[in-house]
Amino acid sequence: MKTSNFEYPIAKDNDGKTIWKFLISEFKPKGKIFTPFNIISVPVILLGIVLIVIRFWKGIGSITNLTQEVPWGLWIGFDVVTGVAFAGGAYVLTFIVYILNNQKYHSIVRITVLNGFLAYVFYAGALLLDLGRPWNVINPIIGNSFGTSSVLFLVAWHFLLYMLAQLIEFSPAVAEWLGAKRARKILSGMTIAAVIFGITLSTLHQSGLGALYLMAKDKIHPLWYSEFIPILFLVSSIFAGLSMVIFEGSISHKVFFNQISEKHNKEQDGIVRGLSRICAGAMFAYFALQVLIFIHQKRWDLLGTPMGYWYLLEMIGFVLIPMLMFVSGYRRKSINMIKTAAILTMVGVILNRLNVTVIGFKWDEAIRYVPSWMEVVVTLTVIFTEIWIFRWVVRRMPVLRDAPIWAKNQDK
Amino acid sequence: MGLDRRGFMKTLGVAGTTLALGKTAFAAGKGKESIEFYGILYDSTRCVGCQTCENSCAEKHGLPAPTEVPEAGVIRKTDESRRTVVNLFKTTKGEVYVKNQCMHCNEPACAAACLTQAMYKTKEGPVIWRGNKCMGCRYCMVSCPFDVPKFEFHSANPKITKCDMCYDRILEGKKPACAENCPAEAITFGTRRELIQEARKRIAAQPDVYSDLIYGEREAGGTGEVYVAQVPPVELGFKTNLQNESYPALSKGFLYAVPSVFVLLPVLLLGIHETTKTNKNHQNEGDENE
Repeated sequence: MKTSNFEYPIAKDNDGKTIWKFLISEFKPKGKIFTPFNIISVPVILLGIVLIVIRFWKGIGSITNLTQEVPWGLWIGFDVVTGVAFAGGAYVLTFIVYILNNQKYHSIVRITVLNGFLAYVFYAGALLLDLGRPWNVINPIIGNSFGTSSVLFLVAWHFLLYMLAQLIEFSPAVAEWLGAKRARKILSGMTIAAVIFGITLSTLHQSGLGALYLMAKDKIHPLWYSEFIPILFLVSSIFAGLSMVIFEGSISHKVFFNQISEKHNKEQDGIVRGLSRICAGAMFAYFALQVLIFIHQKRWDLLGTPMGYWYLLEMIGFVLIPMLMFVSGYRRKSINMIKTAAILTMVGVILNRLNVTVIGFKWDEAIRYVPSWMEVVVTLTVIFTEIWIFRWVVRRMPVLRDAPIWAKNQDK
Repeated sequence: MGLDRRGFMKTLGVAGTTLALGKTAFAAGKGKESIEFYGILYDSTRCVGCQTCENSCAEKHGLPAPTEVPEAGVIRKTDESRRTVVNLFKTTKGEVYVKNQCMHCNEPACAAACLTQAMYKTKEGPVIWRGNKCMGCRYCMVSCPFDVPKFEFHSANPKITKCDMCYDRILEGKKPACAENCPAEAITFGTRRELIQEARKRIAAQPDVYSDLIYGEREAGGTGEVYVAQVPPVELGFKTNLQNESYPALSKGFLYAVPSVFVLLPVLLLGIHETTKTNKNHQNEGDENE
């Protein structure tokens, strides 16, 4: 009984090894050890771990510059709010592929979902570092303390449920890696349900992250505050996520070139062009919304101030210009222009999220919050650790490479 | 933090405090008996800046006694070690003292923000913090329009600190420590309704002494702490750009939309999925033909 349970699935697909031997062999590093990324990331991660220990030992103030007036800093504004926007590619792509049944983008769904899942695990996980009393984090989930009037309550639940949905969406790849055929069949049967659930959750918590700041009406610079923050956050998460997909794809195709079949490699340019068109559309809607809000709120007099110039830079330099570049890159079939546009768009999204959460927050305070170098190191630690796990998974599971034949036969 | 309602009612009866019957505009919840919110009326014209309130507050909550005195031009703020401060302002009518602490809003943003109900508007009126529920996310601090909740950034077991109107003393039928000990009778404790009446009475009786604005009557949807003073609030460091609507109302629209999205969007998605299935088949055929 025992042997059959453990040995059966692995024996067939992984050279007759038992699951334990197989897993142990999979934990060994694959690929070069002294790559530039490793040389940079390992010391940063080690330093970050030390800082995290200090933070839990001496309190949040020991390594951050947070103040009583600015209680949320880089860890919330960048790690969580911006990180989750960049993870939006997963819900957009699953919508295109599973809901609109557009198979063109099928080959990049897995890597995007993996990216999204890990982003949620790590960036939402970074929230734990920012919680003063993390041992109470389960209170809103299990306890008798449901703060249902709180937007954060909604966001917390949605993070948790969406991680589960993404895990289900990705789970067939894990099953294929382990050679678990029956499990794969069951899990891939759950994909559509998980996708529908996941898109609904994403719609609500991408906008919910913006809605968090609705009550901070008098604290956020009027150019960035409006009652439409939730909608702006939702719409911008579409092109934030897709720009991340384009950016990540261009790196993955270099780093993991040996994983990608020739067929998919050929498809890649068409995919990038298609994504650039969707990005441009979403950005047009976003820009139009921003203009409407601006005119509606009659904020002309604020444009002549330093914050006004900053606002114009964000809107024109990092929304309007990359939008036009996406359009022209699509027309001229210039992948490089599209990639540049994707990077500009990502900078714009970072600027926008930080303008709402950090830069424009208490902009009139005499002493401004500027993150400490230690906050930056911890943020980098989170990002680098995520990339390590991402690389580990991609090298082992069928994420970029084709699924095994038996899995393809199951789908027919 | 279970509250013995019967015991509380008895105490109230002994103290001879009026119990409002039926639902009033300020009634806290849907409990069997409704009571009015308590509040505090602070009168700047009476305050002499002796800091007795600060001292008795520190003593009551086991905090260090204040070392600084109110000084014109210096704004002292509440923090982890002091829950109330008295500041001195040079105004058009001379030097005026103002005491600051939690405003105990009728509809507090902090409590609406709290995802664990750690920050909690009691039915008696005080907004209290409950450590066994709080996870230290500090969303209450982000949301509070008065920047009242403070966080112990330098503690491994940090607390959110703020004035709790001496909630435990109120349950015992006593006044908050500051109101109890104020030698100048500048701090009056009572039901909010009585306090507003009292404030109007004082303004009406001496219109040349008082500015005619009661700060806290409408600000942020009305607050439990209300102020009268010689000069308008703008001269006394008060936030005057606050909306009169309550702050939780700002995110109400979003929260109300959630259930509809949650029901309608999945149906819509499923519908699109079903109707576009033929796409997939066409594309697959195309693939095979290639």
